[in-house]
Amino acid sequence: MTPELIYGLTGIAVFGAGLAGSLGAQDRLRRVLALKLASVGACFLLIVAAWREPPAAPDPVPHALVITGIVVMVSATAVALALIRRLHTLEAEDDAD
Amino acid sequence: MQTDPMTLTLFVPLFGAIAAFVLPRAASVIGPFSVLATGAAVALLAREVLAAGAVTVSLGGWAPPLGIALRADGLSVAMLAMTAAVGLLVSLGALDALRDARQRQYFWPLWLLLLTGMNGVYLGTDIFNLYVMIEVIALAAVGLTVLSGTTAALRAGLEYMYASILGALLFLTGVGFVYLQIGRLDFAGLIAAEPSGALSAALALMLVGLLLKTALFPLHFWLPAAHANATAPASALLSGLVVKAALYIFLRLATYMPPPDEMLVTLIGTLGAGAVIWGGIQALRAERLKMLVAWSTVVQIGLIFIAFARAGQIGLAESWKAAAVLILAHGIAKAAMFLAAGRIKDEVGHDVIRDLDRSAIRPTLAQFTFALAAISLIGLPPSLGFIGKWSLMEGALAAGYWHWVAVTMVGTLMSVAYFSRVLAAFLRFDRVRAPVGEHQGWALADAAPLTLALSAITLGLMAAPILSFIELGYPFGATP
Repeated sequence: MTPELIYGLTGIAVFGAGLAGSLGAQDRLRRVLALKLASVGACFLLIVAAWREPPAAPDPVPHALVITGIVVMVSATAVALALIRRLHTLEAEDDAD
Repeated sequence: MQTDPMTLTLFVPLFGAIAAFVLPRAASVIGPFSVLATGAAVALLAREVLAAGAVTVSLGGWAPPLGIALRADGLSVAMLAMTAAVGLLVSLGALDALRDARQRQYFWPLWLLLLTGMNGVYLGTDIFNLYVMIEVIALAAVGLTVLSGTTAALRAGLEYMYASILGALLFLTGVGFVYLQIGRLDFAGLIAAEPSGALSAALALMLVGLLLKTALFPLHFWLPAAHANATAPASALLSGLVVKAALYIFLRLATYMPPPDEMLVTLIGTLGAGAVIWGGIQALRAERLKMLVAWSTVVQIGLIFIAFARAGQIGLAESWKAAAVLILAHGIAKAAMFLAAGRIKDEVGHDVIRDLDRSAIRPTLAQFTFALAAISLIGLPPSLGFIGKWSLMEGALAAGYWHWVAVTMVGTLMSVAYFSRVLAAFLRFDRVRAPVGEHQGWALADAAPLTLALSAITLGLMAAPILSFIELGYPFGATP
């Protein structure tokens, strides 16, 4: 088994775990975390695939894609967390009534 | 600073969004004017495309593959024009429909951001930019979904966010693998690429992500609640315009990529058929008016995919036109219908279908609008929806694919059935105790949906110019 293959399979496994969690988990926060996990797996895969045998330098374009992906994920997570907090407050109010 | 109309269609709504956010008190003025100015830029662009076919602009003077190019052809201008026109009328409707100051403050920045993202999708020429644009759309669309602030809307919005994030992840992974396969991200590179298994797998990842975002059955689970619980103008934008962005990318990619094999095309059509049947059943069972309208969106999305698959792999060169006409028809009619449903809910005070005929207040103008929109969605002549369905069936018949005709017929019958549930309630007066007032519940806010519904009907008479317009610039490179 080459290191490349090990990294690749790890990436797929992490992505798969995140995917399963995001579809299967009941708790809202767990689903957000599962989606984060899936995104880590996807980014991991892209970075591994951009790797080149030294002395060749890794391909920078997938890295750029990953950075944009991370930025997008951060803002999407922020929105999701804000929604969860607001829902939490609203549901607590509903229960109190 | 570039000031060609194509760049303006992106930057006018973007700067409008920023201005509306920074100056919340002026937002109700900045918003409609930005949309109007965007519409004017689209009109200028349409003139250029009419004269020259496809138009390309390299941002900052850098040509691809290094720089980013924008390209407008008949299909993209048709989508831009539909977005601007529907958007402008929905904006006018929103001026009246949004009563809450908080809603008014956030509606305009979100909607203008959404417009920026959609225009970016229709003009984009490389898949990575499309990814960024669909993310801009997703964030703005979730914001619009939860604008009403109710618990139901927030739950639906969160579900939408999950689906959106997952769809974007799949799309981004696909984009990465496409790059690793062919070393390019622009459409020209995709067209020139050698077909291979790995490339098809990467494109399949992207397509699944897009199907999730456009809510094709069975990935539609997030749509009905999200669209039904938003405020009326937001529902109209989400259902009429937002799902079309991912659909448009699907149409482009599916036609640019190494030809999908017959089985894949059949699978897509079958999923569409599933959407038509399942969405129809759910619309028949819906208790609330807005829920019924939202399920009808699921049906129409399915129909568009059937139109895409109507003549199999060989027919793809023609089938996209039927799909495009259905996209335009649905965008206009559904926006009208959601606005009308919102008006009915405002006047009657609720939108429970069973009790609509118990109300003494009859917002007849909104009901008329709803009926007109239903005519286009059902596909009765002379509406634009009829032209779309007609070309769907014509192509399927010519190719000998009778099953797509049968599914479309069943779907049409079901749509007559579920819209009749609503129309019957409009026409029954025997369950009202109090005298029914005439012309009650008419308002200036009815003007926007009525205009949309009337244009959905009358545009069917202009089908020939529309069909020849979307072919300008050979969107799919059939004849270079």
